[in-house]
Amino acid sequence: MKIRNLLAALVLGLMVWGGRVKELTGAGATFPYPLYSKWFDIYHNETGIMVNYQAIGSGGGIRQLLNKTVDFGATDAFMSDEELEKSRENPILHFPTCVGAVVITYNLPGAPELRLSPEAIAGVFLGKITRWNDPKLQALNPEVKLPSLPIVVVHRSDGSGTTFVFSDYLSKTSPEWRKRVGRGKALRWPVGLGGKVNPGVAGLVKQIRGAVGYVELAYAVKNNMPYASVKNKRGNFIKPTLKSVSLAASVKIPPDTRISITDTDAPEGYPISSFTWIIFYREQKYANRSMEKAKAMLNLFWWMIHQGQQYNESLLYSKLPEPAVRAAEKVLLSATYGGEPILKHK
Amino acid sequence: MKKRGAFNFSLLVAALAVGTVLIAAALSMTIASLPALRAFGLKFFFSPDWDPVSNKFGALPFLLGTLITSFLALFLSLPFSLSISILSGEYLKGKKISSLLKTLVDLIAAVPSVIYGFWGLEVLVPLVRKLEISLGVAPYGVGIFTASLILAVMIIPNAAALAREVIELVPSNLKEAAYALGATRTETLLKVTLPYARGGIMAGILLSLGRALGETMAVTMVIGNSNTIPKSLFSPANTMASVIANEFTEATGDLYYSSLIAIGLTLFVVTAIFGVVGRYVVNRMKIK
Repeated sequence: MKIRNLLAALVLGLMVWGGRVKELTGAGATFPYPLYSKWFDIYHNETGIMVNYQAIGSGGGIRQLLNKTVDFGATDAFMSDEELEKSRENPILHFPTCVGAVVITYNLPGAPELRLSPEAIAGVFLGKITRWNDPKLQALNPEVKLPSLPIVVVHRSDGSGTTFVFSDYLSKTSPEWRKRVGRGKALRWPVGLGGKVNPGVAGLVKQIRGAVGYVELAYAVKNNMPYASVKNKRGNFIKPTLKSVSLAASVKIPPDTRISITDTDAPEGYPISSFTWIIFYREQKYANRSMEKAKAMLNLFWWMIHQGQQYNESLLYSKLPEPAVRAAEKVLLSATYGGEPILKHK
Repeated sequence: MKKRGAFNFSLLVAALAVGTVLIAAALSMTIASLPALRAFGLKFFFSPDWDPVSNKFGALPFLLGTLITSFLALFLSLPFSLSISILSGEYLKGKKISSLLKTLVDLIAAVPSVIYGFWGLEVLVPLVRKLEISLGVAPYGVGIFTASLILAVMIIPNAAALAREVIELVPSNLKEAAYALGATRTETLLKVTLPYARGGIMAGILLSLGRALGETMAVTMVIGNSNTIPKSLFSPANTMASVIANEFTEATGDLYYSSLIAIGLTLFVVTAIFGVVGRYVVNRMKIK
């Protein structure tokens, strides 16, 4: 009996204590998930605040934030004006957390290091360049003898931020792509096979000789897949690396941080790069949320764009460059609770 | 007495709850798919354009993908499921080996479909690719043919189990009468047993078709996921189930979301029809 009382007291005590520990919930993008789960783990150890993040996809993250079932969302493609209209009375804010890149990977005998131009990439993915020894590809790679293999295009079959970034890049660099396909998380592909998520695309590329596909840089590096250097706006062939991707993001950032950095102006920047964002409501006093919770969340965000950044590169994500951090700070400082700014001291 | 009342009441609640869930699912899917159906009308089912970028949605490629893979799978599986059911329901009836065969076939149905998908990717796809190379078509390995092969294996137990049961149920006096008239075993099978069990065999086929129509995971892994109208048996394609699995998580636009739900509703209705007709045929058999 005594033991039972003791246990009851313990459970009760835990519950009271648990009430004080804030738990935050987020949902969305799968691309930054490995980084976020590491961040949230470290943050939990440092502060005791639990962050429960569900990697259900950017679309799901946006939907759940609009339905107010999570504290914050995460997305690889910033919300369109039309989507933001759905929450006009309480605007949704974006801030970037890291920079990622999409690389062109392929299956060719000897795995040569290829150099590609935006015209060549568009030609291949539009189905106009159909063999590897096409003069357009050969001219870009004079030192490699390209085989007379048919090109098999592999793309993502699921809607994804990776596809969005890739098609955003092609829409900027190829008028024909913009007209025939356009940019989006899911597209009407003129040619090719679809593979589900990164491993699906990688699996097909690895199996089919002459295949070409696009995956995230981190995934290609981890799996030792070959990937191409891409000619950027300034005419330089840039190999995707953590540095060249971060450099791609070193551009002027608009106040709302919704900027596409594909086809970057940065001379040493890799052109198929993109931010990934966290989204949340500017006015945090909604749906019975406490000031405490709002404060905890904003502190977490502040930590992510500062202390958190040191963990990016070990997980193959590029760090936010300085101008992006400054812009993100301004966004976080503009968040309010009942009209009052939440982060005052910073 | 009181206890039994409570027990009966809980039974009733459970039964009603299940029915309600089904009706609620159908209703909410109908409501959610209204925007798409209103925007495109019947064209939704006949347009081959599925273009999330310009917000145009036509489900024809997926309708075709589902129907072609399912019927092809049915066609491929039929000789096997029929042979198995005749063998265990007639020739090996009552023998130990028959129950062993039954267990084995039922095990096929118990394997999770993601395992079939993996097996398909690792084993079947390279084999099909070899076949495609020898035929001189594009060596994708994935596509309609591969998906149909996987589906064929997966639906064998559904058709076989029901067919065996009805073949076992054929009254022995009928068969004995045939033997008495001098019919051979094969003649008895073809002229008496199979015609008698015809309805049940048909029902089994319809039920296995229902399973093929809705199968998602294994198909998504090997069908090549291309949202275009398939041009040949080896083309990559998408089915209604696989396009939903592929695109649902990232479908942010309202019309896009609604169109995917409309596809789900179509799939729901089609499988329900096959299920209901199948059950109806089975029930009629039993009354007879």
